[in-house]
Amino acid sequence: MNMENILAIALAVLLSPILGGVVAGLDRKITARLQGRYGPPILQPFYDVLKLIGKEKMIVNQWQILCAYVYLMAAVLTVVLMALQSDLLLIFFVLAVGGVFLVIGALAAPSPYSQIGAQRELIQMLTYEPLLILVFVSIYLVTGSYKISEILKFPEPLLIPLALMYIVLGYALTIKLRKSPFDISTSHHAHQEIVKGVLTEYSGPYLAIIEIAHWYETVFVLGICALFWHTNIPIMVALVTLTYLAEIVVDNICARLTWRWMLRHVWSAGLLLSFANYTWIYVR
Amino acid sequence: MIPKKLIGMARTKSPWLIHLDCSSCNGCDIEVLACLTPLYDVERFGILNVGNPKHADILVVTGTVNHRNQRVLKNIYDQMPEPKVVVAVGACGSTGGVFRDSYNVVGGVDKVIPVDSYVPGCAPKPEAIIDGIVLALEKLAEKGKRVDQGIFERLAGTRDAITAR
Repeated sequence: MNMENILAIALAVLLSPILGGVVAGLDRKITARLQGRYGPPILQPFYDVLKLIGKEKMIVNQWQILCAYVYLMAAVLTVVLMALQSDLLLIFFVLAVGGVFLVIGALAAPSPYSQIGAQRELIQMLTYEPLLILVFVSIYLVTGSYKISEILKFPEPLLIPLALMYIVLGYALTIKLRKSPFDISTSHHAHQEIVKGVLTEYSGPYLAIIEIAHWYETVFVLGICALFWHTNIPIMVALVTLTYLAEIVVDNICARLTWRWMLRHVWSAGLLLSFANYTWIYVR
Repeated sequence: MIPKKLIGMARTKSPWLIHLDCSSCNGCDIEVLACLTPLYDVERFGILNVGNPKHADILVVTGTVNHRNQRVLKNIYDQMPEPKVVVAVGACGSTGGVFRDSYNVVGGVDKVIPVDSYVPGCAPKPEAIIDGIVLALEKLAEKGKRVDQGIFERLAGTRDAITAR
C-alpha cells in the first residue's frame, strides 16, 4: 500500500460525508423552492445528525446497533473501494450486504411498521440490483474490464455507447436515493411512508449513523454516474449535477407508486432499454 | 467525542415535531398543518413534521384529553427519546376549554404529561403556534444540557419499562 492509496482512502472517508451532507442540504433547499417555500439552511442535514447523536439511546434490541454499524461500514467501504479504483462487482456486493443489514435491523423489531418497511426495502433491492448489475456488465462489454482503474483508461466517454444504460442507472439511482415515485420503503424530508417505513425503529444516534451511511451512498451513486464521462472533469461535474437536479424534479412531480407498479415499470422499462443498448454495443 | 456545545446548538436548529390530535374539533389541527404550508413554512427553522414519536423532539398536542385517549398520549410521550418538550395547542389542549366539565373529559394535556409551553386561542393562529414552538425550543436547550449530564425526567413508573428494553 503506497502513500497515494492511503491519501485516497483518507479523502474518501473524510470528504464523502461532508459532500453527501451538503448535497442533501441543497436537495432540501431546491425542493423547498420548487414548492414555493423558503426552505431550511444548506447545513440543515448536519444539524439533524448532530441533534440525533445527542439524543437518548433508545433501542428495541441489540441487533439494531450491530445492523446500523454494519450498514455504515458497508457504505464507507463502497466509497473507499471506489476511491481505490477497485472492482465494480466487488463494490456492488459490498453495497448489497449493507442494504441487507439495514433490512435485518428493521426486521429485528416486532413493530408492524418497520416489518412492512423492511419487506418493501427488500422489494426495492430486488428491483434495482439486477439493473445495476446490467449497467456494470454493459460497462464491461464496452471497456473490457470491471476494474475502475481500467475503465478510466477508456479513450471515449461511456455515455456515448451506453446512453440508454444511463437511463437504466437513473432508475436505480431514484430507488437508491429514496426519491418519489420509488420511495416506498422509507422517505426523506417530511414525507411519511407507513410512519417511517424501514427506519421506524431506528432512533437517536443509530438513526444518525444510518443518515451518515446514506450520505456515503449518495456519494457512491453519484460517483457511478461520474464514471459515464470520465474524460473531461467539467463535463463530468455538469453531468452529475444535471442528473441530481433531474432526480429532484422527478421527486417533486411524481406521486408514490405501489410496489407492484414499481416492479412492473422499472423492470419492463429497464430490461427493454438494456436489451436495446446491448444490441447497439454488438452492432457497433 | 463531539463537543457538547455543538450538539446543544444543533438541538435548537433541528426540532422534529410529532402532532397528536386528542379528540380535537380539527380547528387547531388545520392551523398546525397550515404552519407547514409555503406561507409560514416552518422548515426554514429546521422543523419537520414526522409521523414517528421515536424520531420526534417536540410533541404538539391539540384537543382535550379524555379517559380513552389519555393512555395513548402517555404512550406516545414515553416513546420519545429525551430531550423532549410538549406544546399544548389551543384552549382545549391548555385547559380543557369549553369541554372541561364534560363527564368524559380529563382536562388539559398537563393533567397527563408535563407541558412546557401553552398556545392559547380557539383556534390559535399559525403565528401563535410557531411562537409557542420557538418558546419550547428554549426549554429543549435547557433539557438537552441536563440529558448531557445524564439526568432524565420521566413519568414515575415508566423509567423501568423503558430501561428494560
